[in-house]
Amino acid sequence: MAKKIVLVACGAGIATSTVVNSAIEQLARDHNLDVDLIQIKIAEVGVYEDRADLLVTTAMTKKEYPFPVINARSFLTGVGVEETRQRILEELKK
Amino acid sequence: MMSKLFFDESVIFLNLEGDTAEKVLRIMSANLVEKGLVKKSFIPAILKREREFATGLPTGSVPVAIPHTDVEHVKQKSISVAVLKNPVDFVVMGEESKTIAVRLVFMLAMDEAHSQLTFLQKLMQIFQEEEILKKIAEAKDKTFIRRLLEEKLNLVAFKGGDK
Repeated sequence: MAKKIVLVACGAGIATSTVVNSAIEQLARDHNLDVDLIQIKIAEVGVYEDRADLLVTTAMTKKEYPFPVINARSFLTGVGVEETRQRILEELKK
Repeated sequence: MMSKLFFDESVIFLNLEGDTAEKVLRIMSANLVEKGLVKKSFIPAILKREREFATGLPTGSVPVAIPHTDVEHVKQKSISVAVLKNPVDFVVMGEESKTIAVRLVFMLAMDEAHSQLTFLQKLMQIFQEEEILKKIAEAKDKTFIRRLLEEKLNLVAFKGGDK
């Protein structure tokens, strides 16, 4: 299985993506999955559009991307976090 | 060099009045400018950022907002906390127009991207504990809020004793 490239993005790339990044790192470690996490601002997603496998973000995205987009707000509020984890895992295992 | 995180009663607001999110953000960010913790550019930057990427969070019975913006507007890292007199509508993070009636605002002035993970994780931990949010929302004095957050965010090490 090729190493997945996961983009983790929030509006400013400071607060929320830092927390989400760490949560996904943990998730990947727990399941022995080798992933390449790239923490960016949502405005920078275009740069990685050709390479990325998944975008996990707390920001709104109107744009269509060639990879799935998962909302990561639950990592901040705790509400629905297990469901978000499962969705990410599913993508990582593809 | 990472600066110390500034947090005391002077960046805590009780019964903050503002009928819109923008007014609340203006009052809080102007205070940080006055305290010399952020540049003047922090005010328009945080307003713009909130319009583009909203920060309202549906954290149970005490919804919060975590307005923040780019590091270049910050002189010294700090967190400003406001208990709103009346709930104020903020757009929910990741949504286009859906709003939530926010009761607590945690304004983050961060001076380095990606480096404050432990602090942010502890903050998000608070968001997942409704009882703590309730305590803050119902607090009668700023010192109570300062002490509670210092303990929960593990800030005590940064401070030199009580006032």
